[in-house]
Amino acid sequence: MQEKNSVGIVKEKIFKSEESLPLDCGEKLEEYELVYETYGTLNSKKNNAVLVCHALSGNHHLAGLYTKKDKYPGWWDNLIGPGKPLDTKKFFVIGVNNLGGSHGSTGPKSINPKTKKSWGSKFPILTVNDWVNSQKKLISHLGIKKLKAVIGGSLGGMQALQWSIQFPDCLSHTVVIAAAANLTAQNIAFNEVARQSILTDPDFNKGDYYEKKLVPKRGLRLARMLGHITYLSNDVMKVKFGRKTKTKGYQYSFSPEFEVESYLNYQADKFVDEFDANTYIRMTKALDYFDPAKNNIKNLSQIFKKIKSEFLVISFTSDWRFSPDRSKEIVKALLDNNIKVSYAEIDAASGHDAFLMSNDHYHSILKNYFMKIFNTK
Amino acid sequence: MKQNNQRSDFEIISNWINEESKVLDLGCGDGSLLNFLEIQKKITGFGIEKDKDNWLLSLKNNIDVIQMDLEAGLSGFEDNSFDVVILSKTIQSMHNIEAIMKEMHRVGREVIVTFPNFGYWRDRIQILMGHMPISDELPYQWFNTPNIHLCTVKDFEKFCSHQKIKVLDRVVVTKNLSINFCPNLLGALALYRLIKK
Repeated sequence: MQEKNSVGIVKEKIFKSEESLPLDCGEKLEEYELVYETYGTLNSKKNNAVLVCHALSGNHHLAGLYTKKDKYPGWWDNLIGPGKPLDTKKFFVIGVNNLGGSHGSTGPKSINPKTKKSWGSKFPILTVNDWVNSQKKLISHLGIKKLKAVIGGSLGGMQALQWSIQFPDCLSHTVVIAAAANLTAQNIAFNEVARQSILTDPDFNKGDYYEKKLVPKRGLRLARMLGHITYLSNDVMKVKFGRKTKTKGYQYSFSPEFEVESYLNYQADKFVDEFDANTYIRMTKALDYFDPAKNNIKNLSQIFKKIKSEFLVISFTSDWRFSPDRSKEIVKALLDNNIKVSYAEIDAASGHDAFLMSNDHYHSILKNYFMKIFNTK
Repeated sequence: MKQNNQRSDFEIISNWINEESKVLDLGCGDGSLLNFLEIQKKITGFGIEKDKDNWLLSLKNNIDVIQMDLEAGLSGFEDNSFDVVILSKTIQSMHNIEAIMKEMHRVGREVIVTFPNFGYWRDRIQILMGHMPISDELPYQWFNTPNIHLCTVKDFEKFCSHQKIKVLDRVVVTKNLSINFCPNLLGALALYRLIKK
């Protein structure tokens, strides 16, 4: 169903780069494709573009539907559209599937031009840095010299932050939501459990499973279930599921009977159909490696010296994977450098996932910030 | 709390601030003071505001505003990182006055504090009549007031000397009039410019 303020039916586009991309790991991608979508119109000065970076399980399909029959719109449809907080009547919004992704951009599933087979295990591990470099190529290809803003939540927020450090002259505003300047040991630990569940799935076959027509479903399901638990808060799970069961009385079996079990299984099943295990383990590595301050958060002020954009930083009170304290580290380092920054700590119960939800106050903040951006040159 | 219209206390505060200073306003409300100072003195201003609705008003007012609770201190700010730190009509609602005064002097080279003077004669009369005072500066009822640490001009100055804080300037006003005679009795609002001794 298409609602009133939807961007409507959208179509994905492909950017093919013949230029090679050197990567942090030392390898380089000789050629690559990025699949992306755009909403709204790029103005004649080409200065109304907003890049939206996606998180671990996201992609380039931010808003709208591919066909009228689509069950769900793009993942940030509640934010992006005509009259919505990120207003496509004002801005030209760009969503891009990160390199290594499983939604069309060059990734482990793609054919390696050298071997004419799927990359599989041979696909390099990319970093946030590499992604930002590739996104910059796309932006240049679109004829945009300076983005009005780069926005992202979670891993997307890390990319937005990296943009401000890496290409200080190429963006005016940075919006960092539910993110951090690096992962805590606890976060890396969760990622390692997720990776181990995939790596030890017999169907994973060290990452070379495409040609064998295998899918490491078990591993990916477990990784997703674990992720889901940590993206929610204890409180929201209590409210949403409590100890409710599907049937009256216990079944004394191992099939899901508590509603929380059904929910996790449903999410896991949905996920394996749309996501690739090789992508998942690589994305979590990009998260783990991200650390512009090089293992010393005190260096952040030093790193931020180059930054020229203004900032909006947002965190959520119940987010324990990317807690408000982690956002405050970013704010502090920005303030140390006299960089214009606003910071909001939103009272929300949904945990890390709150950044995807339609909370009135949250959206009101973004709406007003983007209005301010639009009204300033 | 703060109103939208330009106020005489804004003018007084503005007179104490040099052009292009870096200013931190604690409990900045809707950001109107910082807005005023940005226009008058081309300052670089940051606000701190805990209340989400006020925070949003500040954002709408084009103010860079950090949402945090002052009671937790100013740990996000380096020593002497601001030219001026302002606490305007907020001190009376804070729990730990000593701590926030210490933090303000750590973060700012100069500190401006303003508060409703509880020694004002209209307040005194209301108390004599047996009631908690209600006035322009103290518009709340006893049961819904956020003001828990009201003080007089005399009290505040005693506190400053005890805390080794030097008063650089003091202006006491009632409405828009500066009160030089018996300020503790005739003044409704007290404004101080302070440094650490």
